[in-house]
Amino acid sequence: MTNTKSKPVPRMSDATKDFWEGCKNDEIRIQKCLDCNTFRFPPQMMCRKCNSVESEWTKVSGEGAIYSFTMPTNQSPGEFPARGFEYPYSIALIELDGTDGVRIASNIVDCELADIRIGLRVKPHFVELTEEIDLPLYRLHETN
Amino acid sequence: MNDFRDKCAIVGIGETDYCVNSGRNPLALALEAIRNAIEDAGLTVDQIDGIVKSSIDASASDQIIAANLGLSGVTYSSEVTGLGGAACATVAHAAMAVASGFANYVVCYRAFTPFDFIEGAKHNQTTLWARQAGAGEFLRPFGWSAMIDGFAMHCQRHMHEYGTTSRQLGAIAVAARKHAAANPKAIRQEPITIEDHQNSNMISQPLRELDCLISANDGACAVIVTTAERAKDLKQRPAKIMSAAQSLGSNPMATWEMSAFKPTITDSEAKMIAPHLFRKAGLKPEDIDVAQLYDCFTYTQLVLIEDYGFCKKGEGGEFVQDGRIEIGGELPINTHGGHLGEAYIHGFTHIVEGVKQMRGTSTCQVEDAETTLVASAVPGPTSALILGR
Repeated sequence: MTNTKSKPVPRMSDATKDFWEGCKNDEIRIQKCLDCNTFRFPPQMMCRKCNSVESEWTKVSGEGAIYSFTMPTNQSPGEFPARGFEYPYSIALIELDGTDGVRIASNIVDCELADIRIGLRVKPHFVELTEEIDLPLYRLHETN
Repeated sequence: MNDFRDKCAIVGIGETDYCVNSGRNPLALALEAIRNAIEDAGLTVDQIDGIVKSSIDASASDQIIAANLGLSGVTYSSEVTGLGGAACATVAHAAMAVASGFANYVVCYRAFTPFDFIEGAKHNQTTLWARQAGAGEFLRPFGWSAMIDGFAMHCQRHMHEYGTTSRQLGAIAVAARKHAAANPKAIRQEPITIEDHQNSNMISQPLRELDCLISANDGACAVIVTTAERAKDLKQRPAKIMSAAQSLGSNPMATWEMSAFKPTITDSEAKMIAPHLFRKAGLKPEDIDVAQLYDCFTYTQLVLIEDYGFCKKGEGGEFVQDGRIEIGGELPINTHGGHLGEAYIHGFTHIVEGVKQMRGTSTCQVEDAETTLVASAVPGPTSALILGR
């Protein structure tokens, strides 16, 4: 479905390298405040709840449910086409289990696009983009 | 709390022509709009002593603007961040400056060209704040790259929670194009039907081509703000600033795109500022005669209708039907045609149209309109004004 070679490659920073290191190890890791245990994504320096700067990257199951999704079907008028993708494709917000509502963005792959619905259970797998980066992609859970 | 009400006014408006990707120079556009606004107000250029710009304006720095105009007496200048959400806030900042005596006549402006916008967007992915926000890392590799993708994501969830339909969004596009058809400045002059909307290409589901703004256009707008006292001596009937409000965002997520990660994406930041906005004006939503609501996509307007309290949360889809938001309806919205029909100058055309409605000079004039609410972009940082006759 996709030409992963020309997809934009994430530029890792100090704030995000732990997420990508997790993906290389087939794990979804999410930043968690060490003082109040609140998960947060995207990563940031300080916990917005208690303002602690102490955090760790915690392995979560990575499974979750589709919170919302879109299907880019044609190039948006006046905008650039999505690099490395063939239309149509899906982008989804995945609400991760065990994180009190933290979401990540990903693609739902290996299914009919018309089958994608809000609330469906999804499961990650990891696809190599570069030597340093594996992208977490999602499939619909068999139990749906 | 009402100390601010009616203390200041918009006394001049200036526009350029609006064109599709004409290649005009953004600095020339900004200067033309500013000159037009100064002339419209009945002022001379040297009377301008304040400048407020949108931080991503395509033209030039406030210093370059001042240098070109030959202004040597500028005592107040600032930039407002927040992309399309910044438009009304520039007027709010100008009003605070004139109310406090920092300046007498402040110009707010925004020039827009597609090239600068795209360059700006690229740039914003590489600045420190954008890298920290993570759009480049956590959205782009998944093909989340077009502006429409974020709005489509929000809209899909709204449809899921509230049963909003594509046909209902179509009613917003139809109203915008009806108003644009009466406006000689509008780029999209042909009216459309719901069927046209339904038959238009799907771009990012659930949003279609006719849900989209005119993105590849260029032009500029400027407005002049002064005190209500000084406004009495000027050429135009002033549009009084009854209220203004600004928000840096709820549960701030650094950029508008990252607001997809906030707890409830169907609520916009407009919901946060609406109570302040109405309280300062001493008005309720039902006191508003005509509204100018940001509409980069039909869905954006729908969520603003709900979050400023013109209907209950989730009932926006029903509200926009049956001509209610068209001229002659209960609450005409975007009587210039908005970003869907007239031009896309990042929220500034809505301010200009609000002023025209208060002067009685709109091409879709609402008879006896005494109040108008002008709202800038959501999600993310936003701002709004209530103008009065």
